[in-house]
This record gives sequence, structure tokens and C-alpha cells, in this order.
Amino acid sequence: MRERRFVRELLESKKRIMVISFIVGVAFLFLVIRLWHLQILRADDYLAKSESNRLRFVPVAASRGALLDRTGKLLVSNRPSFSLAVIQQEVTDKEALLTLLSELLGLDRADMAERWEKSKGRAKYYPIVLASNISRDHVEIVEENRLRLPGIEIEMKPVREYTSGQLASHLLGYIGEVSEKELNSAGLEDYNPGDYIGKNGIERALEKELHGVDGGRQLEVDARGRILRTVSEKYPTVGNSVLLTIDANVQQQAEQSFGEQAGAAVVMDVTNGEILAFVSNPGFDPSLFSGKMPADIWQGYLDDKRHPLENKALSGQYPPGSTFKMITALAGLQNNMIDESTTVNCSGSYKLGTSTFNCWNKKGHGATNLHKALRESCDVYFYQLGEKLGVDKIAAAANSFKMGTPLGVELLNERSGLIPTAAWKQERFGKRWYRGETLSVSIGQGAVVLTPIQLASMTATIANEGTIYRPHLVKRIVDADGKTLKEARTEIIGTASFSKESFRLVKEGMLAVVNEPGGTGSVARLYDVKVAGKTGTSQVVKLSSSKKSTTYQYRDHALFVAFAPFEKPEIAIAVVVEHGEHGGSAAASIAGKILRTYFDGKKPPRKEAVKPLKGDDGNEDPDENGREAVVKEPRIDGDTTHD
Amino acid sequence: MIDRRLLTNIDWVLAGLVITVCLLGIMNIYSATAAYKIVGTSYYIKQFYWLLAGIIISLVVCSLDYHIFEDLSYWFYGAIILLLLAVLAVGKSSMGATRWLNLGFFNIQPSELMKIVIIVTFARFFNNFQTVGGLAVREVLVPLGLLALPAALIMKQPDLGTATLIVLIALSMTMYVGLRWSAIVTFICVTIPMVWVGWAFLLRPYQKNRVLDFLNPERSRLGSGYHIIQSKIAVGSGGFSGKGFIKGTQSQLRFLPEQHTDFAFSVFAEEWGFIGCLLLIILYLSLVLWGLNIARRCNDRFGALLAVGVTAMLFWHIVINMGMVIGLFPVVGVPLPFFSYGGTSMITSMVGIGLLQSISMRRFMF
Repeated sequence: MRERRFVRELLESKKRIMVISFIVGVAFLFLVIRLWHLQILRADDYLAKSESNRLRFVPVAASRGALLDRTGKLLVSNRPSFSLAVIQQEVTDKEALLTLLSELLGLDRADMAERWEKSKGRAKYYPIVLASNISRDHVEIVEENRLRLPGIEIEMKPVREYTSGQLASHLLGYIGEVSEKELNSAGLEDYNPGDYIGKNGIERALEKELHGVDGGRQLEVDARGRILRTVSEKYPTVGNSVLLTIDANVQQQAEQSFGEQAGAAVVMDVTNGEILAFVSNPGFDPSLFSGKMPADIWQGYLDDKRHPLENKALSGQYPPGSTFKMITALAGLQNNMIDESTTVNCSGSYKLGTSTFNCWNKKGHGATNLHKALRESCDVYFYQLGEKLGVDKIAAAANSFKMGTPLGVELLNERSGLIPTAAWKQERFGKRWYRGETLSVSIGQGAVVLTPIQLASMTATIANEGTIYRPHLVKRIVDADGKTLKEARTEIIGTASFSKESFRLVKEGMLAVVNEPGGTGSVARLYDVKVAGKTGTSQVVKLSSSKKSTTYQYRDHALFVAFAPFEKPEIAIAVVVEHGEHGGSAAASIAGKILRTYFDGKKPPRKEAVKPLKGDDGNEDPDENGREAVVKEPRIDGDTTHD
Repeated sequence: MIDRRLLTNIDWVLAGLVITVCLLGIMNIYSATAAYKIVGTSYYIKQFYWLLAGIIISLVVCSLDYHIFEDLSYWFYGAIILLLLAVLAVGKSSMGATRWLNLGFFNIQPSELMKIVIIVTFARFFNNFQTVGGLAVREVLVPLGLLALPAALIMKQPDLGTATLIVLIALSMTMYVGLRWSAIVTFICVTIPMVWVGWAFLLRPYQKNRVLDFLNPERSRLGSGYHIIQSKIAVGSGGFSGKGFIKGTQSQLRFLPEQHTDFAFSVFAEEWGFIGCLLLIILYLSLVLWGLNIARRCNDRFGALLAVGVTAMLFWHIVINMGMVIGLFPVVGVPLPFFSYGGTSMITSMVGIGLLQSISMRRFMF
């Protein structure tokens, strides 16, 4: 009995072994399935994870390209700058380290702690910059105390060096650490915190060319983030250099001529649109912007009523004043409203309805034809012409010069200026256009505003009789070895189609402005080159002249546009002196100095010093202000009975 | 002493499988510790010595008639219980747990020995216990007590892994003997509240964390969940054919925890890929099935129980370790037999293999 039970049980247990074997097989099958899942199905995923586990990328900044003037003179280059960085993984006592650093170097502890805190989330092997642009003395102190400063590193980075100081600061612009906002914007994905980026001017506009390609080292790290070896290294590619159209000599003379005065000047080649000088005065020190700007200097920039940080040549919009009369004249000639001999009697004022519009010369100019009207800047002549033309015809002439639109210079934030029309006013203000306003527009006042670039472009187009070139600042892009990569092409962006005769009459009027007795721009005259120009005064506010001269901000702007030589024009200039008063003379004298420099530069140096020539007509300081004094608040609102 | 006839009956399949896995293990340890700064003897050399020691012990064990263990089993049991108590009293601590007993010249881990002793004890108990149609609840109360005492002592060290294994080994043997359905249902009804009590009162915070981390590895990326994530990355990145010997980045750069011991399989999987893993799994599966085969061929009930117990021990070690490495189980400190570095594991496993060998060789004697 017991035997039988034993045998039965034995047989049963053998059967059970088979069941257990089956269960074991299933368990192992699960393991295999899981391995299949990990190693076959998701292998790529895990392989990528293991790679990112072990590989770290530390970028090495590329040296930025240089900026040169048209002759190859270095304007902005690089010099090495040292910064103090910390590698978190090597630091045991952060607080003690910070204290020691601030004791040794006299650097602001809170500032360093803040920078550290901000980058704390970065990988432990990544150097965090605690202080940039430290002095060589600091570098030495750190090197001497290396053992006491575990984890502290001196990093060398190229920084901008402004060879010519503040020259062309608005044009060149400055660089600074890339901001958080910029980091998140499209196209800047490759930038890392602490990288430098062009913030302004050419530095910003040509960032892509100048920046170069950052290199980097791919490091293998272990589980603790310790660097084991460099897996691969990509050397940074130096950024391309930008050769500007600027002539450093002309630029410098132009800036000097402004002295303390605020304003802008643009000098342009009339045959291709190259900008030889691009001035916005006063300038600023671009080198201060890449580091920590001293608070007092920054406050000084902000408080200066001459607005040194504003790029006046690009974004300043000024009523062109009498410099706009060429446009009105061309519109009149084109529409056959006037010809060479059309004469208007200027009594010193012009009546329109119940309003009186004064000429700047209250005594009147008497019988005035176009030539005299331009030369002496007679307002009444243009009031009459403007009234006949109507605002839209004037606007059409202005628009054919591409006024009212940005001209496409390389810099960002170019303003468009404004050429008003009846339709524009209706749309903008919902009000109809008054004829009195046309009179203001015909002498470049009212709603008309232009940028200095547009003024220069207008003058160039008059000089070359109709071709509008895109004003540009970049002549060519060269690589680090000086090889040309890109050459700027002369680009015609439009044509101002007026008859040759029209241009001749206007240009001769401009020649008379500078060279004939009674001309308003005689200060710009050169003894050896025929200069043609036009003065202008633009009202800032409508006040009596006595009140204006006492308050800087209320004074009128002085304008002057010119081209030369008259026979075969080469360059066009527009000068705006903010609150310069005295008619166009303040601007004209600057233009004269710029022209002198330009033409001197073209010839072998002269022995004789060039003296500013006194006008033989004794009228070198024509005060156009006389006009504004009376033109104040032209009562045009009630002018509805006409039409 | 050794019967000449026995020697001719040596189970070469069993021996061959074990030696193959051991050699693969040594090779893998060589790679896993290649990046270590070694002072003194290298790990793979030491492991080789342990293998030799293991073979000798296994030969000694297999030369003995395993029935002497039947007679001695309760003595062993009592002795180990005393040692476990001693460990709790004067044991040597490492990593928050007290598992070692310093015998002056030798550190022993009584909990490790308990794995073998529970097998022998249960085999003896069930051998003397006649049952029809499976064990009833009443009939398992004694083995339950025999199990609960050492399990509780080991849990107290705390060593969740070993305690779990002892329970699983005992459970496997009980299932082999057979349980009545009524007993199974009763166990389930009792176990669930006990698990809750265990979770709430017995598990240490780090043990709870491990379980929670297993359930959600993202819970603590740098805590113990880190181990699971890094191990899965290592295994997965091995792909089909692996990264090559000593070329595993996860292991060579030490992203893996305890990579020469508990996570040795992870290193292997990274460097040899799916193909290598498949080979190793086939070897282990063969070993386990062969162990069961020994049990099946054994006509002696005590021998069969012993073989099932030893095979269960190997099986659970393999499944739990591999399952942990590939993210199927929580991280518990269970080594992979013959493969992970470690003398204790090697000796215990080899004693088990000696028993299997002994049973296999003597299968014709009964």
C-alpha cells in the first residue's frame, strides 16, 4: 500500500517537473522578449542616450571678423580679453571660493554669485563666466594663487578693439552678450549664453558674416562628469571681414566738423550709391557696450539732450525745409506749370484766403524766376508753384525719388520718412487736405519728413539726373585671408524721370546757391571745385524766433545738401545740424569742410592751407529764420472757401 | 573515498554548462573592471580563484552521499539560525546593512548559507511527510514556521534580496510537493494583507524607494532610479551585436552601478548585444532545465526535492537578476550565479551544483 502510494507520487512529481520546466521556459522567454524590445526595437533610442551620456560639447568662440574702411584701414578688430570662469564640478566650497576671489581681486562678490547662480543648471564641466574682461593684473593674481582656487579658470576670448575710437560709432555699432530674448529667437539657436552678438549698426546687420563659425570640443566624460579625453575638436572659423564703403578720412573730417553740434551727415557717391561718410553726432564709445557699462557714463548718454545713442543719419526724420524746393521745382517743370522764364513777384508774403504766408525775406525778392528762387530760396515763388501743382503732384515727384520709403541701406531700422498726400491725410486723420498745407509742403515743411540718407540720395539723384542707386555701406566681404567673398553690386532701385532740361535748371539753381552773389550757401564754396547745393531750415516748433533761440530743443534744424563737382558730379552730401539755426549756414560750412577733405584726398597733398572762402556778395550768413518767424502757425484751418 | 564507479557517472553536461558560464563571467568581469583603479589582485583573477575554490567545494560535496545532509539538515538549520542571530548582535556593517560575520580569518554571510540550508531542511521535511492530493493548510504550518524564522532574521539585517530568495526557494519546493487549492486560496488571502503590513512597517525607506523607483524610474533620476535607467540604456544601446569587448561606453565610463557584481549582465548585454544575451540565456535555461531533469530522473524523493530546491535557487537568482538589469524587477541585491563577481555567491552556487552533481551521479543507485 505504502509502496503504491510512493510510486504514484513519484510519477505525479515527475509530471510536475514537466509543468515546472514549462513555467521556467516561459519565464526565460519573457527575458528574451524584453531583451528584444530593448536591444532590437529600441536600440537606436538607447544608443543615442548612451552617446549623449558620454559626450559633451564645449563650444569655442570664433574670432569675429574685422571692419575696414574702403581703403582697407582697420576700424574694428579684436584683441584678447580675459575672463574669470569656474568649473562647478571641481569646486567643493563655493562660498569660500567666492570670498577668496573677491578678496584677491577686489571683484564684486554679489555680482559673481549672481552670475554663478544663473548658470547653475548648466553641466558641471561647463565653465561659468564669473567676471569678464578682467585685467592682466587679475590674471596674474589668479595664476599665482592657482592652488588656492580649485575650479577657477582664466578664459581667453577675443573682444572688439575700436582702432579709431568713437569714429562712426553709430555706423559700426557694438556687440554685447547675447540676451535671453535673443537666445530664444529664430536663427540664433546656435548661440550660447555668454556669446557675443552684434547689437547695433554693421555689427548687427552683418552678424552672420562677422560672427564666424564657433568651434568646439567634443569631450568624453564619465558618470561623474569628469573629462576623460577629447573625442573630436572642431576649430572655430574666423568670421569674415567687412570692407565698408566709408572713407575713414572723410568720415573723421565730417565728425570733427560737427564739433559739439548734434546732427547727421551722409556723403554718397552719386555714381553708385556708396556711402563715403555716415555721421551721427555726437557719437558714443562702442567699447563700453561689450563689457559692463559704467553707470555714470550710461546715465550721461541718457541725459544728453543731443541723444548720442540715436542714429540720426538712419532714423532721424527731419522736415527737409528748403532743400525740398528742388522737388517742387522739378514737379513744376515736369507739369509745365513753370519754365525757365516764369517770373513771380515776391513782395515778402503770399496771401491764400485769409491766411498770409511769409517769405523768409520780409523785404521780398522782387521779380523772381526759378534760378533766383532757388539761389535765394524765395518762399513765395514756391508757394505759388505749390498752389498751382497741388500736393499730389508734389508727392508724385517726391515719390519718384523714392522718398517716403526706406532705401534699403544695410542697417536695421532705417526709417521711411513721409511724403504727405491728400489721401494719406484722409486715411490717417480722417480729415481732408487743406490747400494751405500744400504751401507748407512746397517749401519742405508741414508733414514732410526725410532722413539724412534720403536727402543724400535725393541730391545724388539730382546730380546724376535721375538714377536712384541703393545707398549702401558694404563694399565687399573678405575672408580671414583677405580673399574677396562677395562684392557689393551697384543696384539701381529706381529712376526719377524728369527731362534733362528740368535737371539742368535745378542744378544750375543749386550752383548759384553756392557760387552766385545772393546765394544762401556760399560758405560751402570751394575755390577749385564747383559745388552745387541748397540750404534748408526746418522748423522744430512754431514759435517766435526770439523764444526759439533761447531754448535748445526749440531751435530750428539747419540743413544743407550739395553735390560736386558741378560738371561731372562725384559725390552728394546731406548735412543736418540739429537746432543749428542760422539758416543753412551751420550745415553748409560742415558740408564745405567735408567736400574739401574729399577733394583733397583725391589729389596729391597741397602745400597751401585751404581757407574757407568768404563770399564776395557779403551774404554768407543768410538768415532764413526770418521766414519761420512769420510763417508761424499758418492759419489754414479755416481755409475751406477755396477749392 | 570516492567510488570509482561514481566518477564515470559525472554529469558532464552540468559541469560543462557551469564552467562555460563561469568563464564568460570572468571575461565579463575583466571588461567591467577594466576602468577601475585596481590595488592588488584584479577582480577577474580573484574570481578565477573563487571558481577554483568553488570547483573544489563542489567536488567535495558531490563526493559525499547527499543523504548525509538529510541527517544533518536540522543541525545545520539550528546552526545558521544562531549565526543569523549573531550577525544581528555583532555583525559587520556595510552600506547600511549588517550581513557579515567576522570569523577572524574569514568573513561569512550566514544569510547566504541559509539558501542551501533551507533547501536541505525543506527536502528533509517534505521527504518525511506523506500527503495525498497536495498539502493542506494545516500541513504547511510547520514549514512555514521553518521559513519565517530565518526570513524574518534576514529581513532584519536588512537584506530584502536574500529574504525574498529564501521565500521563493521554499515556495517553489512546496509547489513541487503540491498544494491543495484550498491552501493556495488561503495563502493568497493571508499574503495580501501581510504584504501591506510589510510595506507599512517592515520595509526600510531605501527599500521602499527601490520599489517605487522601479515602478517609476523617472521618480528620481539621480537616486536609485538612476541605476535602472542607466542599466536599461546600457542593455538597449548594445543593440543586436553589441559594442564589442571592453568597448561598452556605459560600463567603461562607469555609468553603471555595481557593474562587476549585480549589474554584470548589464555590461555583458552592452558589449555583446542581443546575440550574446541570447547565448547566455540559453546556457542558463539549459542549466535550469538540466537541474529539473536531474530531479525528474532521481528516483529518490529526498534527492528529487533537493534537486528541485537547488534548481529553484539558481532559477530565481537568474530571473531576478536579469529582470532587474533589464528593468522588469526592482533593484534588489541579487547576484547572477557564476557570472557576477563575488566569492560568497560562487561558493553557495557551487555547493548547489555539488548537490546536483551528487544526485545526478547517484541516480542509478536507487
